[in-house]
Amino acid sequence: MMKMVTDPIQPEELRRALIDPAAGAYAGFEGWIRNRNEGHEVLRLEYEAYEPLALKEGEKIIAEARAKYPVLHAHCVHRSGMLEIGECAVWVGVASAHRDEAFLACRYIIDQVKVRLPIWKKEHYTDGHSGWVNCERCAAHG
Amino acid sequence: MSKTIEVRYFALFRENAGVDRESVTSDAATASELFAELRDRHGSTEPLGHCKVAINDEMVGWDAPIQDGDSILLFPPVAGG
Repeated sequence: MMKMVTDPIQPEELRRALIDPAAGAYAGFEGWIRNRNEGHEVLRLEYEAYEPLALKEGEKIIAEARAKYPVLHAHCVHRSGMLEIGECAVWVGVASAHRDEAFLACRYIIDQVKVRLPIWKKEHYTDGHSGWVNCERCAAHG
Repeated sequence: MSKTIEVRYFALFRENAGVDRESVTSDAATASELFAELRDRHGSTEPLGHCKVAINDEMVGWDAPIQDGDSILLFPPVAGG
C-alpha cells in the first residue's frame, strides 16, 4: 500500500497496521529532515508531489518488492508540503516471516521511491536562499 | 503536422515557465523534441537524461510519440525521500 499525505507521519500507528501472527520480523525506515545538505544550513524543506503518478509508481515499486522477496506486508507513506527539521518525510514498513526479506524489501522500496516517484524538494536555507534538490541549477542556490 | 497539446510543469520547470500549465501548439513528433523546444523557450538547462515525462498520466520514454490533444507532464529531476 502506497499513501501520500500532508499531515505528519505517525510511524507507530503505521507499524501497528502491519502486525500479523505469521510475521516474525518487521523492518521500518523513516526518512527525516536534516539540517545540513552539501555544506548549506537548511531551515526547512518543501515537498511537491504529483500525487496520481506518485501513487501509481509507488504501488508498482511495492509490487516489485513483493515479487522479489516473500514478505507478508509492505507499506510506504510519503508526505508533501512544508516540513521542519526532524520531521518524517517518508516511512517504509515491511513485515515478513524472517528478517532477511524484511530488510531487503524495505531497502528496495526506499531506494526506488527516491529515484522514481514524481516528488521534488526545495531546500530553504538559513541565509534566505532556496534551491531544488538534484537540479543542475540548484548549485547556484538562487 | 502541427498539434495542440496541454503541457504541465512541476517544481523547477514550473518556476522557469512561470505557469503550471499551458496549451502549446507544436510540430514536435516525440516527447524529447517537445522537451528541447520548451527548454529553449523557457530557458531551462536541465539535461534530458535527468528528467522524466508522462503522457496522459502514464510514465513514458522520451521517444514516445505525441498526439494531438495529449496531456504532457514534464518532470525535472526527482528527489523524494
